[in-house]
Amino acid sequence: MTKDEIRGTVLRALGQIAPEADLSQLKPNLRIRDQLDIDSMDLLNFVIGLHKEFKVEIPEADYPKLATLDGCVDYLASHGGT
Amino acid sequence: MTEFVMPQLGADMSAGKLLGWRKNVGESVRRGDIIADVETDKADIEIEVFTSGVIEKILVQPGEKVPVGTVLAIIRQEGEAAKAEAPLAPKAVPSEAAPAKPVAPVLPPRPAVTPSEPGRVHASPVAKKLAAELGIDLASLAGTGPGGRITLEDVQKAAQARAPQPAPTPELDRRARMRQAIAAAMARSKREIPHYYLSTAIDMSRVMAWLTQENLKRSVEDRLVYGVLLVKAVALALHDVPELNSVWSAGKAVQLTDIHVGAAISLRGGGLIAPALHNTDRQSLDELMKNFRDLVQRARAGSLRSSELSDPTITVTSLGEQGVEAVFGIIYPPQVALVGFGKITERPWSSGGQIVSRPVLTATLSGDHRVTDGHRGGLFLAAIDRILQEPEKL
Repeated sequence: MTKDEIRGTVLRALGQIAPEADLSQLKPNLRIRDQLDIDSMDLLNFVIGLHKEFKVEIPEADYPKLATLDGCVDYLASHGGT
Repeated sequence: MTEFVMPQLGADMSAGKLLGWRKNVGESVRRGDIIADVETDKADIEIEVFTSGVIEKILVQPGEKVPVGTVLAIIRQEGEAAKAEAPLAPKAVPSEAAPAKPVAPVLPPRPAVTPSEPGRVHASPVAKKLAAELGIDLASLAGTGPGGRITLEDVQKAAQARAPQPAPTPELDRRARMRQAIAAAMARSKREIPHYYLSTAIDMSRVMAWLTQENLKRSVEDRLVYGVLLVKAVALALHDVPELNSVWSAGKAVQLTDIHVGAAISLRGGGLIAPALHNTDRQSLDELMKNFRDLVQRARAGSLRSSELSDPTITVTSLGEQGVEAVFGIIYPPQVALVGFGKITERPWSSGGQIVSRPVLTATLSGDHRVTDGHRGGLFLAAIDRILQEPEKL
């Protein structure tokens, strides 16, 4: 999976938890949480969405690495985003 | 035959717009099936049916907005014979396409008694006076007095009949209507409910340590968030002080056996909704977590079910993620209590003669003083604290 493909899948998972958000406006280097007003339950749903899409086990301690869109893409690319 | 009516989905709902039917006339439905979609000021809701049978007749068409309680369809229950065409006229209800002016009830032709003077309305002076004050056209009324004379009572009845028809307001967008619905419910709460407020600080070190250990063992999909533990603790604490699990109805408190905690969920773009987690006290943490997660996602995607909005028995609101230390909430009528949780902060805490640092959570109770007193409310908060000290038992 290329980084662009990973990015597309991450955005799709975000769309599941924030269907009303305009994700084209999302700044890739800023915290997703602040831009989309999501809470811990949304975050968990997002992580579960990533887990299902990428078949990767994400420990709770790694959640901070998923704070931004860029962070998500890097993390998933290096953790076998197949 | 059972009437399937527009349900009341919370104190802030007076009418709903039917978006569509998922079943047609002649189709079978089972208790719990979603058979229609309704738009309220707050959300689009999937409406469940509470009888099993066959749809006999549909009385309201998609696009119509009708008041709570309006019959939407007739359901023939299992075993009941199909009925011959019954005179089931749809109830007269204002729809969005209603005429701009409130109208007096349409009446059958006047009785064969002619007024003493042609062209002049035969009414008592007091009836005329009231009709003039209320702007009721006497000519549209049928008198029940001697000789067809219009009485004061006739005018009062006509006034009552048109009273529930509000002046049509221009269609507002969802956000504005949500604001109005919240305004109405909260203003009513503050007007009618004498609130009392209590707060207590809870040492969360055991809960958080247990949760961290527990989540290490769990896969992403099975992980817990501490909010679920709080909701469960509230439900269990209600066993100690069950009168807080009541609704205020017809001038008195009615205590409920089932505990359905309503979880206040803020909606992006503004507003909030507090759907129920059914039988909260009887669900395991795993079930509760799964259901809570699903509820948040559906609330924000706008696909809640009618039963979730019509029967919460107490509300829990948590504003800790916004950095709030304590929430003193407004009770959602007809409920009689609301529990608030703030954020968990590291604070100095006295334990065994030592000052130590502990994660501390402020829990609050807003109680309806007509139903409980501060003493019972205090016992309830103490019960939440006690329950949270043994997280493994939750």
